[in-house]
Amino acid sequence: MSQYDILIIGSGPGGYVAAIRAAQLGLKVGVVERAHVGGICPNWGCIPAKALLRSAEIFHYIEHAADYGIKAEKPGVDIPAIVKRSRGIAQQMSQGVGFLLKKNKVDLIWGEATIAAPGKVKVKAIDGAPKGWLPAGDFEAKHIIVATGARPRVLPGLEPDKKLVWTYFESMVPEALPKRLLVVGSGAIGIEFASFYRALGSEVTVVEVMSQVMPVEDHEIADLAKKRFEKAGMKILLEAKVASLKKGANEVTATVELKDGSKQEIVADRVISAVGVVGNVENLGLEGLGVKIERGTIVTDGLGRTNVPGIYAIGDVAGPPMLAHKAEHEGTLCVEAIAGLHPHPMDKLQIPGCTYCHPQVASVGLTEKKAKEAGYELKIGRFPFIGNGKAVALGEPEGLVKTIFDAKTGRLLGAHLVGAEVTEMIQGFVVAMQLETTEEELMHTVFPHPTVSETMHESVLAAYGRAIHI
Amino acid sequence: MPIKILMPALSPTMETGNLTKWNVKVGDAVKSGMVLAEIETDKATMEVEAVDEGVVAKLVVAEGTADVPVNAVIAVLAEEGEDVAAAAAAADGAAPATSKAEAPEVEEKAQPAEAPKAEAPKQEAPKAESSRSGEGDRVFASPLARRVAKEKGLDLKSVKGSGPKGRIILRDVEGAEATPKAAAPAPLASAPAAAPAPKPAGASDEVTLKLFDPESYELIPHDGMRKTIARRLTESKQTVPHFYVTVDVEIDALLALRKDINDAAPTIDGKPTYKVSVNDMVIKAYALALKAVPDAHVSWTDGGMLKHRHADVGVAVSIPGGLITPIVRKADEKSLSTISNEVKDLAKRAKDRKLKPEEYQGGTTSVSNLGMFGVKDFAAVINPPHATILAVGAGEQRAVVKNGQLAVATVMSVTLSTDHRAVDGALGAELLKAFKGFIEKPMSMLV
Repeated sequence: MSQYDILIIGSGPGGYVAAIRAAQLGLKVGVVERAHVGGICPNWGCIPAKALLRSAEIFHYIEHAADYGIKAEKPGVDIPAIVKRSRGIAQQMSQGVGFLLKKNKVDLIWGEATIAAPGKVKVKAIDGAPKGWLPAGDFEAKHIIVATGARPRVLPGLEPDKKLVWTYFESMVPEALPKRLLVVGSGAIGIEFASFYRALGSEVTVVEVMSQVMPVEDHEIADLAKKRFEKAGMKILLEAKVASLKKGANEVTATVELKDGSKQEIVADRVISAVGVVGNVENLGLEGLGVKIERGTIVTDGLGRTNVPGIYAIGDVAGPPMLAHKAEHEGTLCVEAIAGLHPHPMDKLQIPGCTYCHPQVASVGLTEKKAKEAGYELKIGRFPFIGNGKAVALGEPEGLVKTIFDAKTGRLLGAHLVGAEVTEMIQGFVVAMQLETTEEELMHTVFPHPTVSETMHESVLAAYGRAIHI
Repeated sequence: MPIKILMPALSPTMETGNLTKWNVKVGDAVKSGMVLAEIETDKATMEVEAVDEGVVAKLVVAEGTADVPVNAVIAVLAEEGEDVAAAAAAADGAAPATSKAEAPEVEEKAQPAEAPKAEAPKQEAPKAESSRSGEGDRVFASPLARRVAKEKGLDLKSVKGSGPKGRIILRDVEGAEATPKAAAPAPLASAPAAAPAPKPAGASDEVTLKLFDPESYELIPHDGMRKTIARRLTESKQTVPHFYVTVDVEIDALLALRKDINDAAPTIDGKPTYKVSVNDMVIKAYALALKAVPDAHVSWTDGGMLKHRHADVGVAVSIPGGLITPIVRKADEKSLSTISNEVKDLAKRAKDRKLKPEEYQGGTTSVSNLGMFGVKDFAAVINPPHATILAVGAGEQRAVVKNGQLAVATVMSVTLSTDHRAVDGALGAELLKAFKGFIEKPMSMLV
């Protein structure tokens, strides 16, 4: 029986980062995994999805090559080749995680874990152990971190069947392009797949129950993005829900209930159910130990501690926002707290979010609506990409940077971006928030020319009536 | 070259000391290791040993001088073959002698006089943003924290930073109250000096003295210990939100066990090797209770909760002129006889003011017992950074109701004071419950 300082259940972005950080701190660490080394993110989430979207982006450029003075033969889409590329990248990333864990001398245990008691983990053997992993058995650990992630939420009547109704798993590996696609849910996962399939030529309809696409985003940004989606040929139904689904041999007929109570039938070859994810809290022995679970996720303090001493939870299973980078940071904080380093609990308002639809959306902090609800008096800056030389030169003149400041203190409360490359720019505002700059330091910062990032500077200037290029 | 003997720093926090006694006089030959003088610090009296050899040329600081700053020249030695008078003369220019008669004046005025001087440049600093204080001690604060502090009229020097490496961030200034600009030295500057005991607002010494006929009283200058008690306990009551929980514990079983234990003590030369007191058992029970309720075994810091691993229990010992709390380290792991003998030794040396700083500094909690004075119940003031202190009253026979019947039991009331920032009421109650369990089933302390 092996004795660990920390045993982590799940090797996703939360689990493997926590394991490596713990190893750096000199702790003896083990990680249990049952399916995908590296978790969903590199295998079935963030990374392979970005690979697919890159293919879609290249196709989009080639289709519009003439706009840039380039003659291109009529381009075509090779779905198996696109999927093959995506899977290759997923495999490479997953192996990379395995390599990093071994390099840091983390014990890797293959199997299905349950917590028998605080300090005791039983791992049941299952098939498919990668080479060099320890077999199942009983393990002891002073601290147990649950990092089991999340899985697609299932709506009654919209149960995925792997054939006609897909989750992100099937959506990631299509055998052929569905001619007509219905996407239920316009969160990050739904809208990214909608963008991907639309770019490659599918007729895409998106059904969203809320009053805007990407409901967590600022309404102004979401409205702009929606216009772009629609311009690209996407059909979007807001405040609508799928009332029933009739499956045929190779197509489905969905009855969609609209805002005004009327009903609309949509015939589609495939349906993607992207109505959110739920935490993997079951079969871990948590109920028996009295670990507090609310709304399908484990309740923790800001440092991953559950109500049961010695048991911790991080990442998706510990609640929203269910994002890989949130899991990674939580993992680090949790382990550092265990090691006695006194880290500060995470400020969830400073977790950025990125969506890789076309156009991209990125944000951090409060939306305008939430900031108003919180009682702040606001100064809001907006700067459109049309005023930015680099964006126009790129052929990407449609975009917006919106910054929200507390009028009283100059505190940056939120930043919301839509347009080309914004997912690579948002971290500038994240750093600013973390360091607690005011508008003054942001104004004094020199942004390089010519870059799209100048729109960030201009947005801050605009909030105080000082924008130059508009 | 004459050798200067400097006021030593006898503990890490010592800023000044009182030179209570010279063991040498001018003309004495000094050898390395010889005791030159006795210094009274805030809590202990310690000896100054000679490092160099030579002949005492001059005693710069007179016996009985209070508040001699660390590193001040207190005496001058002439090296072998050096002329004693010349060495003394050479030293004169460097350090003016302080006579005994002047001492009280120096004590009263020296610190306050210096402080405003140090403050002056800061007040003139542009915008009083205190980022550049002119003293080289830069305050690290986020731009947002600076702006909010400025708007609130808050001096950043009075704010403790909770960000990386003590950087002051928004949350540190959000809750803080404005500091008047004209305030005396900010805590950072005044804490080490600490000489004038903090005065309650409005009642200056002058005002107090005017109330009495000058013939009607004798003014006794405070010694280091009195000032430390005044400063630490004022600080505690002003900054620590106290919360009190009281419980009655029956000690008949404990008294019986104590008798058994003491009757069984082996003797050496007819004297028992230990004699365990009720208080020793209280210390042990309290230490075990803290281990059983680890969430109550903490210290508050703005950055996070210190959870202590070892129960280091301070024991308040009343000594002439004040009190001191020597510490029984790892009391949870020690046997009753060990605790008993340790407390006796610490208490004796405390009365002689011979404790070493490490024997009374630190600790994770304290016990204060006034039972021997027949006190039934009292509440003690927490000694920061402790989050708790246990006040123990007298064990006395009281009428109690058991199973509906009136009965006689020996009962002792104990009151736990907690720092509510760190130990909430229910948690304090839980700690007392654990304590009561050990006291009323005292055998459980032995296993």
